[in-house]
Amino acid sequence: MTNRNPLIRWDYVVTQRPAISAALVEHLQLTVLTVLIGSLIAAVLASVALRWHRTRQPIGAGTAALYTIPSVAFFGLLVPSTGLTRMTALIPLVAYTLVVLVNAIIDGFDQVPPEVEAAAEAMGLSRIRRVLGVRLPLAVPVIVSGLRVATVTTVGLVTLAAIVGQGGLGRLILDGLRRAFWTPLVVGALLSILLALILDALFVLLERRLAPWAKRRTKGGRRQVARP
Amino acid sequence: MLAAPTESAVRLVGVTKRFPGSAAPAVENLHLDVPRGGVVALIGPSGCGKTTTLRMINRLIEPTSGTILVEGRDTRSVDPIDLRLGIGYVIQAVGLFPHRRIRDNIAVVPRALGWDRGRIRARVDELAELVGLEQEQLDRYPDELSGGQQQRVGVARALAADPPILLMDEPFGAVDPVVRTRLQTELLELQSRVQKTIVLVTHDLDEAVTLADRVALFDHGGRLAQYATPDELLQAPAEAFVAEFLGSERSLRRLALRTVESLTLEDYPVIAPGASRASAREVLSTTGGAWVGVVEDQRFLGWVSQASLVGEGTVDDGDVEAPAASVAPTSSLRAAMDRIMTARTAVAVVEDGGRFLGVVTLDAVRAALAGADR
Repeated sequence: MTNRNPLIRWDYVVTQRPAISAALVEHLQLTVLTVLIGSLIAAVLASVALRWHRTRQPIGAGTAALYTIPSVAFFGLLVPSTGLTRMTALIPLVAYTLVVLVNAIIDGFDQVPPEVEAAAEAMGLSRIRRVLGVRLPLAVPVIVSGLRVATVTTVGLVTLAAIVGQGGLGRLILDGLRRAFWTPLVVGALLSILLALILDALFVLLERRLAPWAKRRTKGGRRQVARP
Repeated sequence: MLAAPTESAVRLVGVTKRFPGSAAPAVENLHLDVPRGGVVALIGPSGCGKTTTLRMINRLIEPTSGTILVEGRDTRSVDPIDLRLGIGYVIQAVGLFPHRRIRDNIAVVPRALGWDRGRIRARVDELAELVGLEQEQLDRYPDELSGGQQQRVGVARALAADPPILLMDEPFGAVDPVVRTRLQTELLELQSRVQKTIVLVTHDLDEAVTLADRVALFDHGGRLAQYATPDELLQAPAEAFVAEFLGSERSLRRLALRTVESLTLEDYPVIAPGASRASAREVLSTTGGAWVGVVEDQRFLGWVSQASLVGEGTVDDGDVEAPAASVAPTSSLRAAMDRIMTARTAVAVVEDGGRFLGVVTLDAVRAALAGADR
């Protein structure tokens, strides 16, 4: 007698391949959209915080408060107003990235050595050149660290959006749980882990590309990584 | 930045700076002329306004009142960015851009001025040679260079667009004393080639008197206590504060300012090998010392002691002992004095590449300090 419910039933994987691919693509889309929108909002918030020092504390507190909302509740609470739409999934996902991303950008700019900024100003670089040509590139390693954390976290959180009918691979997991059928659960879980690892690796490559100088710079010492 | 030629490259007229929330002014009614091609050191105790003064010249700090003229133009009439691009600036912490290679660090200002690539490249190579950087170092990142090398890059970067004026804020404050001395020497050599107007802030009196043609000594509250050449300052402090600031080693510091060749080297009698002992004794009686110098073909061979000059016959190689304490014409009087103090013969021989030029005695040094042969 064969086990009727093994961890993996390959015939399921083969027949459900289109559905699995679709779930993976949706997962990736949600993740990319979330990090993209989150980055844009975080950039605005961080710019405000860096420009007007007094806004730092409220912006920090606000993004941290968003992060404390339990995720299932956050998704659920939005359903009455936005329904079972992608918007309902995106709002909490984006909100959760903000605390990491805003802090990463602020920390990135803060750790630019003051003497570098002083020299840039004294030599006659305009404000725009100082921000885009000096401070931003020097902030890149810390910002990319923040993006890595936000992205990997988002890949995990997207699975929870399955409860509002979104969620990519999360739907496979939910389906498996409901039916006590392990194969979709295992496939969904493994693929989301794989996705997180691949995206993380891509950011490492991106950082090497954008900040070739940083590897040498941090030799021997760990760079500060923004975490909530 | 070229305007009608004026005497001063930088001129401060009645400049006062009050920072908000501070009762006492940081700089008060300051008048200062920096002659073109001169090196002026701003020095004084912490909080005396020397750095504020420097930073007002390129409008990093705006004066509360008064006028600052750079190359004859009122700085208020020039856009601060244009003003700064036209003035070289070196800061203590160097502040190289860690994300750019040395080559690109040097090229920052030319690039901001929109020079074309070929011109920038040629200029960077020229500057690397000028400040003593290897071609291979140009493609490195700043963190891969030593502190001294980084400071050389800082100077090259400040000179990149060939500005007529260089501002230096404690340029060698962050390097160890050995490297500092070397960089100071290099700066003086560099200055003899580029002839910039340099205003530098330092808290190191030795650095000020070594590098500067004129020293502006500030008292607390931004009051200019004395503005004079290093020698004048050390010889004749204008007031008690200045004397106190200069400390108890004023005379020794003055010795550091003058070179052996600035003395009129005494016609110090010597003998040639093979001279008679009688004539040697005669020479000894005119110099009054215990040693007679032996010189052959303008080469100083050594000293013969009074004790060995007894009897008749001639002086020959065997009598020569006590090898000479020698100094170069370009040595400072302080170095000469140091040699005199440690030499048994109580004088130092001046040699230029082995050629005998004369002898420095303690009396000659003392006379120089008294201003006798100025």
